[in-house]
Amino acid sequence: MMRRLILFIPLLIFFAMGIFLWRGLQLDPTELPSALIGKPMPAFQLSSLYDESRTLTERDLQGKPALVNVWATWCPTCKQEHAQLNKIAREEGVTIYGINYKDDRAKANDWLQRYQDPYVLNIFDPNGTLGLDLGVYGAPETYVLDKDGIIRYRHVGEVNEKVWRQLRDVMQKLDGGAS
Amino acid sequence: MIPELGEYSLILALCLAALLAVVPLAGATTGNRLWMSYARPLARAKFLFLAVSMACLVQSFLTDDFSVAYVAGNSNTALPYYYKFSAVWGGHEGSLLLWVLILGGWTWAVAAKSEDLPLDIVARVLSVMGMIAVGFILFTLLTSSPFERLLPNSPAEGGDLNPLLQDFGLIVHPPMLYMGYVGFSVAFAFAIAALLSGRLDAAWARWSRPWTVVAWAFLTLGIALGSWWAYYELGWGGWWFWDPVENASFMPWLIGTALVHSLIVTEKRGVFKSWTVLLAIFAFSLSLLGTFLVRSGVLTSVHAFATDPARGYFVLALLGISIGGSLLLYALRAGHVKSESSFSLLSRETMLLINNIVLVVVCLMVLLGTLYPLLMDALNLGKISVGPPYFNSLFIPLMSVMIIFLGLGTVARWKQTRVSQLVAKLWLPAVLSVLTGLAVPVLAGEAYDIRVALAIMLAAWVFFSQLRDLLSKVRNKSNPIEGLRSLARSYWAMQLAHIGVAVTIVGITMVSVYSDARDLRMAPGDSIQFGPYTFVYDGVREHKGPNFVSDKARIRVLRNDAMYTEMYPEKRFYNARGNVMTEAAIDPGFTRDLYVAMGESLGDGAWAIRVQYKPYVRWIWLGGLLMTVGGLLAASDPRYRKQARREARRAQAQGGMKAQAQTQESTA
Repeated sequence: MMRRLILFIPLLIFFAMGIFLWRGLQLDPTELPSALIGKPMPAFQLSSLYDESRTLTERDLQGKPALVNVWATWCPTCKQEHAQLNKIAREEGVTIYGINYKDDRAKANDWLQRYQDPYVLNIFDPNGTLGLDLGVYGAPETYVLDKDGIIRYRHVGEVNEKVWRQLRDVMQKLDGGAS
Repeated sequence: MIPELGEYSLILALCLAALLAVVPLAGATTGNRLWMSYARPLARAKFLFLAVSMACLVQSFLTDDFSVAYVAGNSNTALPYYYKFSAVWGGHEGSLLLWVLILGGWTWAVAAKSEDLPLDIVARVLSVMGMIAVGFILFTLLTSSPFERLLPNSPAEGGDLNPLLQDFGLIVHPPMLYMGYVGFSVAFAFAIAALLSGRLDAAWARWSRPWTVVAWAFLTLGIALGSWWAYYELGWGGWWFWDPVENASFMPWLIGTALVHSLIVTEKRGVFKSWTVLLAIFAFSLSLLGTFLVRSGVLTSVHAFATDPARGYFVLALLGISIGGSLLLYALRAGHVKSESSFSLLSRETMLLINNIVLVVVCLMVLLGTLYPLLMDALNLGKISVGPPYFNSLFIPLMSVMIIFLGLGTVARWKQTRVSQLVAKLWLPAVLSVLTGLAVPVLAGEAYDIRVALAIMLAAWVFFSQLRDLLSKVRNKSNPIEGLRSLARSYWAMQLAHIGVAVTIVGITMVSVYSDARDLRMAPGDSIQFGPYTFVYDGVREHKGPNFVSDKARIRVLRNDAMYTEMYPEKRFYNARGNVMTEAAIDPGFTRDLYVAMGESLGDGAWAIRVQYKPYVRWIWLGGLLMTVGGLLAASDPRYRKQARREARRAQAQGGMKAQAQTQESTA
């Protein structure tokens, strides 16, 4: 009898997994509502990616609406979205701050040199502490900040043409509200 | 007109698949031989209509019919014809049609190559494959038809194929990978047929072995091609990323590897039957799970197709019915299985069981790492990302354990082995591999690296234990040449595949530890020294391709101050989508690759250039190729056909007697 029951174990495991996958479908991984929406950027003190001696804090991200992009050289999708970020920064003059997440300083600088650098400044977060405070799910992620450094929107995954249109709408609304 | 014809053919194929799923199976259940005999013609006809459907889609691509939405999204008039052709499977809809077509191809192959099998088994196997086809053709037609039209406002120009995919790699990588993925459906169908018929014996293992090993070989090749493609196309020289979709193809491979070995034990010794059936179900289930992960958008990845929740639910339902159904069948039927022999703790059976367990554990670990972010999220426990460190720290030690048992298992005997036998055979290979392992880091000439020593020891262990086994097989014969000739083809296949594992380990180790890369600003005339090689940068020229413009640098490479070769890395700009792509220039070699890629223009003709030296990187894929050849060789062993014919006669005789008994009963 025991033996017969053991045979049902794979089925049960599969059912449990199926339920998770079903839940996973309902959660869109690219549009996770962040607990931080409407809240200010978490406080941090980290060095600049370009200059080890320069310390950046959340105050450096204030002043105007901007995108904050979490990226790393080990993340293939970051490479895919990079051209789009370059385009946004160059052609539309959008301010993009980078968070270099769990990465290597030399590799990251090298990467930016090779694929162009869309970022105004880049926060070096080798241990992912800021990422943890932000609740980063994985790279890449992109946040919209308003001019006071309040998080207004969060997108998980690649920023492509379509996603950028959404983000732009969010940013334009912020601008409208300010003026 | 042509696209409608394609869609119509696909609908016809669906109807045929539905018939195939029902009629032969009903025949096998009721003992109606006429119904059973419909299996083969239905399988052939289904494949024919799927092929027509695919041909229609190819035709739409080649003639730039942008009124078809899928063509407009994935092609462009400026695309060369071979990329127009491969763009057919460059997106979700077309690649799904390819999936279905390949399933049709495997079904057709089983129908054609099964003349030696009992009719009721053929009927059941083909019916099961028909059921899978019904699910996936329905999925294609209902949620992702590649034949949808953009009328009346069809665009004059297409949106172009993703430049990453405009490459030889994309022409071959997906078809090979799908051949592997879908090929496991044959092993799955055989397992289900065996469960349904209650005839779970050594003959079943023998019938499904060649199919499984061929599918495994294709999957190996597909994964190796994918890795090679990532290496040269993504432009930074990496070859494996533990990306969710890579994992999705790697998990069926791991289980498939376990299955290939477990089938041997079931065939030769009549044990592990229930376990082997379970592995056959798992291998195909993981292929389906991979399909789900890639196409539903639950995970973000480079490979992710355009996401649509409706598709996700559909695939999940398919998954639930096929995997849930087969596991339920397993739970109900596998209890009747009895082992036909016993074995002691120290035997080849045990070694292969350990191999199986390690492979399954590795697969579970990859599965956990892949689904972990999703799982945590579903449980509202926060959001976590799992990176290469997790995979490497578990994968490497587990695989090392398996490699040790690989050597032991090859040499050990069936049923029972004495420790003294193992020691007598393996002490010399063990000593030799330790020495080789210790020596290689010294020869490499850099700081002594213990990781290299350990990894090379494992590779050498595989090599020497295989060699030892070969020698002892030959030594018993009077004449060594004759001895070599007398070995079965499947034995050579095993040797090749195992040597392939060793070769891959060497490649991975050397390239991970001894790679060298330098980035520098180079103005025309600048040069850099790299071991015996000098790279001289001559400047950049504008170059115009069919659908892109590029800056092409010329780099002369001197070896010991003599002209060696010229390399042309490129920075391409694709007009249609506005993407910038780096095309690396590679000088491939047996023991090293030279890899040059361009970064950014730094003004005045100067560019950021990255030069890399990649020792033994080709060995990674060479090993994969050896495993593939090994797999194909094993499947072609003539022994299978002979034995299958003998068994079929026996089964026919028994079946005939049973049928007679039935008719007698009914007349009585």
